[in-house]
Amino acid sequence: MTAFSPGVALDRPAGPRTDYLRVRAGLASWLFTLDHKRIGVMYLVGILGAFLLGGIFALLIRTELLTPARTVMSADRYNQFFTLHGAIMTFLVIIPGIPAALGNFVLPIMLGARDLAFPRINLASFYLWVLGAVLAVLAIVLGSVDTGWTFYVPYATETTMGGVIPVLLGAFVLGFSSIFTGLNFIVTIHKMRPPGMTWFRLPLFLWALYATAIIQILATPVLGITLVLLIIERVFKLGIFLPALGGDPVLYQHFFWFYSHPAVYIMILPAMGIVSELISVFSRKHIFGYTFIAFSSIAIAVFGFFVWGHHMFVSGQSTMLTTIFSLLTYSVSIPSAVKVFNWLATMYRGSIALKTPMLYALAFIFLFGIGGLTGLFLGALATDVHLTDTYFVVAHFHYVMMGSTLIAMIGGLHYWWPKMTGRMYSERAGVIAWALVFVGFNLTFFPQFIMGAHGMPRRYYNYPPEFALLHQLSTVGAYLMAVGFFLTAAYLLHALFRGARAPANPWGGATLEWRCASPPPTENFEHPPVAGDPYDYSDIEYDPQTGGYVHVPRPAPAAPAAVH
Amino acid sequence: MNPIAPLPLLAQAASPTTWPTVSPGGGTAWMPPAASTAAHHADFVFYFIYWVAVFFFVLIVALMAYFAIRYRRRAAHERAPGAATHNTALEITWSAIPLALVIVMFYLGYRGFLDMVNPPADALPILVTGQKWVWSFTYPNGHSDTELHVPVDRPVQLTLWSSDVIHSFYVPAFRIKRDAVPGRYNKIWFEATKPGEYLALCAEYCGTQHSDMLARVVVHEPGGYESWLSEASDPFRTRSYAEVGRLIHQKRCAGCHSVDGSANIGPTFKGIWNHQVALRDGTSVLVDENYIRESILYPQKQIVKGYDPVMPTFQGQLKDREILALIEYIKELEK
Repeated sequence: MTAFSPGVALDRPAGPRTDYLRVRAGLASWLFTLDHKRIGVMYLVGILGAFLLGGIFALLIRTELLTPARTVMSADRYNQFFTLHGAIMTFLVIIPGIPAALGNFVLPIMLGARDLAFPRINLASFYLWVLGAVLAVLAIVLGSVDTGWTFYVPYATETTMGGVIPVLLGAFVLGFSSIFTGLNFIVTIHKMRPPGMTWFRLPLFLWALYATAIIQILATPVLGITLVLLIIERVFKLGIFLPALGGDPVLYQHFFWFYSHPAVYIMILPAMGIVSELISVFSRKHIFGYTFIAFSSIAIAVFGFFVWGHHMFVSGQSTMLTTIFSLLTYSVSIPSAVKVFNWLATMYRGSIALKTPMLYALAFIFLFGIGGLTGLFLGALATDVHLTDTYFVVAHFHYVMMGSTLIAMIGGLHYWWPKMTGRMYSERAGVIAWALVFVGFNLTFFPQFIMGAHGMPRRYYNYPPEFALLHQLSTVGAYLMAVGFFLTAAYLLHALFRGARAPANPWGGATLEWRCASPPPTENFEHPPVAGDPYDYSDIEYDPQTGGYVHVPRPAPAAPAAVH
Repeated sequence: MNPIAPLPLLAQAASPTTWPTVSPGGGTAWMPPAASTAAHHADFVFYFIYWVAVFFFVLIVALMAYFAIRYRRRAAHERAPGAATHNTALEITWSAIPLALVIVMFYLGYRGFLDMVNPPADALPILVTGQKWVWSFTYPNGHSDTELHVPVDRPVQLTLWSSDVIHSFYVPAFRIKRDAVPGRYNKIWFEATKPGEYLALCAEYCGTQHSDMLARVVVHEPGGYESWLSEASDPFRTRSYAEVGRLIHQKRCAGCHSVDGSANIGPTFKGIWNHQVALRDGTSVLVDENYIRESILYPQKQIVKGYDPVMPTFQGQLKDREILALIEYIKELEK
């Protein structure tokens, strides 16, 4: 069954002290590394640390909301905490999450390459992330910030909190980190694809990262300029945004959302890319409608640039603009729907293994289904007027940003964990934690749809008592989710030290990263691999000896016998 | 100095139970009670999208669950029975059907929105001012109030602005919301369809007491609005000074000053008239007309022992006659 021809160029597992984790030891070997895998791991550690911090703020907010009046903290403290939660989760966790941590690790290996095109820019991008994170922490120390993560003027120019400028600078610096990553990915995908990998043999995760990188490069500079203008306005009062000086506060919102709406697609596109990989591999079936999925990523990236005004339907922008933005907003829903249908069609008549990464992919479809469909209510003008700035919006974007992006990231983390660490985690613990996160998530955010539709505004410290029960359910859900995440952290850390050795290809994936050892050697491949169809599983065989899968190229059926 | 600063204290102290509920019974599963013409259209659009969304969500999840069970892998080496990699006709179909549906959604939402932003010519104009953290409403006769009173079945046009940061005026029962932005006027209109009391909220984050920036909305039966307005514009016409003082206290002072002897953010009004009270600086003062007037207009001058100097001035907020009315009311509390 699994007889291999000896001539197959299968990379052997790396010997001791040759894989990228152990090839050199000591702190300096990490801090000055140019290896994309080590940089990816450092990003991962940093981003998960920021996720913990942002999560603690979330739990504090939810605790305060247990009762309609004061529960554990003052209104000012509450305002600071939801600002910090939003800023940390957006700029430090979800925007860089998948591209910088998982993308950094996987992208070159999926291309059969040794590294990204610009390893030094890659390391610089990581240190910019660190600087951004330090500035965010500094903001907390220097008197905090209470503007909301959107920094709307004139509030952001008037508040006396000392942390406003450090946070703005932090987000500015993080923007450069994001641009560097995007630049690196675009050049690498253009120039470093292996023989045989045409654009339409690119794994869909890379199409997604490519589309993401376009947005990162084109939209992020606008955020940078906007934040600098805001700092200038706060310090020097020039009259760009301040109405008292002839400026326009709604102009700020246009600038801000011109980046921050495309940023939503920076978050969701890589997540969709991961899900495309997971659904195909764990269904062991060629992805359905490859071309539609690939182009839908590009379509989302392009349409995503023209919908920012839907954040301002009630702000006083002209009726004409509002109408156009509503129409354009709906255009994004079509490529998103196409992806979901293609994933389902991929599962149809597949051979589906419900391993932890696949469970996260299915959770993604469920949660993104709710997150995406509730967007329809917000795109329609008559309903958005009622729903905007309520908990309905809060629930909607948490289903998209957390329920979709973060859930896909955790799914991807489980999927590539054996590759990154060379260890398997406990499947049973994985399933239990997944269930806790999934149930906890829905318990946290579904009641918020009901509250919002009934008129509960967001960012409320006190709230009308008729919403108490729904708020309490939401808080209990948040605690449940926290238990799930802590359990995940525990079994992944346990796996790091005690987990069983991972085979090179534990899941039966056909993309190139599964053809190098787990964990890979620094150079990734001994021989540059030749790429085929990334979703063709016909030549992937199960090998009971290693408990993993191996790539057994089949001789072409019609090939004539070798002539001597 | 923020001229409308006194009112936030009222808002802060008002316990939520004294406000009309945002979403009392009588609404639908997803929507609060509908009390305006716009609400009916908004709810129709909401439920149209809702049922489309429910249909697609159930379809997606049911297929996903069915496939996950039906095509479950039983052995590690098992292969997929199917091999189809694409089907262009099918893919175009499932792009086109959602496209058609969202175009309908767009159109329905657009139509309702156009109705909301184009007021009828005979709409009653009311100016809405947002300021941290209180709404005030200026009526056509110049009367300014912290409550929004409107007649039933008559279009009302709100012109919104803010004198500090951005606020957003939101009445869930009417399904209307519009930002109050400094430096520009925004407009929205509605026609209330059911007499009763409703709640208006601030929906754009505006700082410490954002969540207390509430206002009572009263929809009057025919004729009720006019008599309310003439009454509110001149409360002295039908009331004694002490009665007006009681009303002013309820609206503007009760948040901090009780009338039953209990201490709050500020001292109680009961049992102080014509008494000596101890001050923070160790001296004491006789509570007479002059002291009360001074405390209202220059509240930081003489602070009662045991209290913080947090009271804002009411200069420009209370007319002389209203101050006299409050003094009469405090006198009356001794009887």
